[in-house]
Amino acid sequence: MAFDIEKIRADFPILKRTVNTYPLVYLDNAATSQKPQQVIDSIVGYYSNYNANIHRGVHSLSQEATDAYEMARQKIQKHFNAAHAHEIIFTPGTTHGINLIANGFSSLLKKGDEIIVSALEHHSNIVPWQMLCEKTGAQLKVIPMNEEGTLVMSAYKELLSERTKLVFVNHISNALGTINPIEEIIQLAHEVNAAVLIDGAQSCSHIKPDLQELDVDFYVTSAHKMCGPTGIGMLYLKEEWGKKLPPYQGGGEMIAEVTFEKTTYAEMPHKFEAGTPNISGGIAFGAAIDYLNTIGFKAIEAHENALLNYATEALLAIEGLKIYGTGTAKTSVISFNIEGVHPYDMGTILDKLGIAVRTGHHCAQPIMEFYKIPGTVRASFAFYNTLEEVDRLVAGVKKAKMMLS
Amino acid sequence: MTIKEIQEELIDEFSMFDDWMERYEYMIDLGKSLPLINPKEKTEDKLIKGCQSKVWLHSELKNDKVVFTADSDAIITKGIIAILIRVFSNQPPEAIINADTDFIDAIGLKEHLSPTRANGLVSMIKQLKLYAVAYQAQLK
Repeated sequence: MAFDIEKIRADFPILKRTVNTYPLVYLDNAATSQKPQQVIDSIVGYYSNYNANIHRGVHSLSQEATDAYEMARQKIQKHFNAAHAHEIIFTPGTTHGINLIANGFSSLLKKGDEIIVSALEHHSNIVPWQMLCEKTGAQLKVIPMNEEGTLVMSAYKELLSERTKLVFVNHISNALGTINPIEEIIQLAHEVNAAVLIDGAQSCSHIKPDLQELDVDFYVTSAHKMCGPTGIGMLYLKEEWGKKLPPYQGGGEMIAEVTFEKTTYAEMPHKFEAGTPNISGGIAFGAAIDYLNTIGFKAIEAHENALLNYATEALLAIEGLKIYGTGTAKTSVISFNIEGVHPYDMGTILDKLGIAVRTGHHCAQPIMEFYKIPGTVRASFAFYNTLEEVDRLVAGVKKAKMMLS
Repeated sequence: MTIKEIQEELIDEFSMFDDWMERYEYMIDLGKSLPLINPKEKTEDKLIKGCQSKVWLHSELKNDKVVFTADSDAIITKGIIAILIRVFSNQPPEAIINADTDFIDAIGLKEHLSPTRANGLVSMIKQLKLYAVAYQAQLK
């Protein structure tokens, strides 16, 4: 399909609105993406036509809802090329998936074991591992980053040993947009028999990971950054790990048989999906994946790279502007500051001009400490953004700079 | 001048501007006349929580009136705290406690009043009033 930007934009009702009297320029896609009508329709369709609880009912509505929900799981499996649909666990989102794995490892780790994380993590992602280490006596090691915002792979190799039990790295850094070399990270970890968990929250809207080819043990992501709704995500759990890890939460759905003496747990995926799930969310997640595939990830990548290159060049032409995260492997995220201008001030003026960007430390305080800055302004582009919108951003930054310095 | 009179004066000044850009430029200008906090007082406990930029607020009681000084690392925030200090500084604690803040809407800065807004205008007002409550208790 040819990449028709106007047709694509017409799918997103929100892109027609104005903010502070200006047509909205939405450049906060790394925080959450906007939703196309197709996804909105799938949520409305579920509640209007076949809302029912799944898996247990014998009635028709329940069957229809169950089919739609399980169909979504299969779509996700195919999209990410997992070997089995039951390796896809629905979660409320990335953070929940990470906590599920951290909790699972608490019974597998002992004193002296080590967990490796990267310096590029979202700080909420560091907390579950710190808690896990406190509980088990394992040690947390950090892969450092360099000035470009790229992980230092030689340091990673030195950290790996037979003590390493788990490696946790994000696929793409939310603060800088750096794409991490996860293929190599996974391969090296497996050489010392360590498991690898990849946080794909920032990647899945830009690229299509092939989970079997990556040979990753765990992969987590959220639907809301890939045109789906909030409150739903997936955890990919390689089959062998699904058997080793204990259930995360007790409740309905996750049990096979209960007596007061003993409970037998259900098989994957239900073992990890206690309680009534986010049914409409799961179905809409499937609709979002269909939508993205209709556009095609090759086309998405090409358009986003064009936006990134155009914006990078135009922004760098502004005197005093510095971009953080300058590695060659990066997605359409530009984190920047203007000398002497606080990112909060910049964000406020841009908002007045109808331009939505993120400002602050992006929940990645260790990265901000590395650069010794209070935060950055982050513009993150999606496939529905245009070159004209980049022009609006650049003009807005210039205007703000004039007002603020 | 009373708090009410200062508020009226601010509303008057801001009514001269037609668009947001002029209002913001004026607010940034007002930030330049902010009575600055003594650098020694820029300690962790003087920081107002809930702001994306840093705001330090210090207070003293002089002749039964509360005197505020402040600073911020962001200049829009500095303008906002300067406006608040112009309204509330050199006033008796009781007047500060009882003052309303409707003037913020009237000078066209309503969008900053949302409690979830990252600049923490609401947190600033709360902190100013908390100091006043503490001094009021001292005076009684």
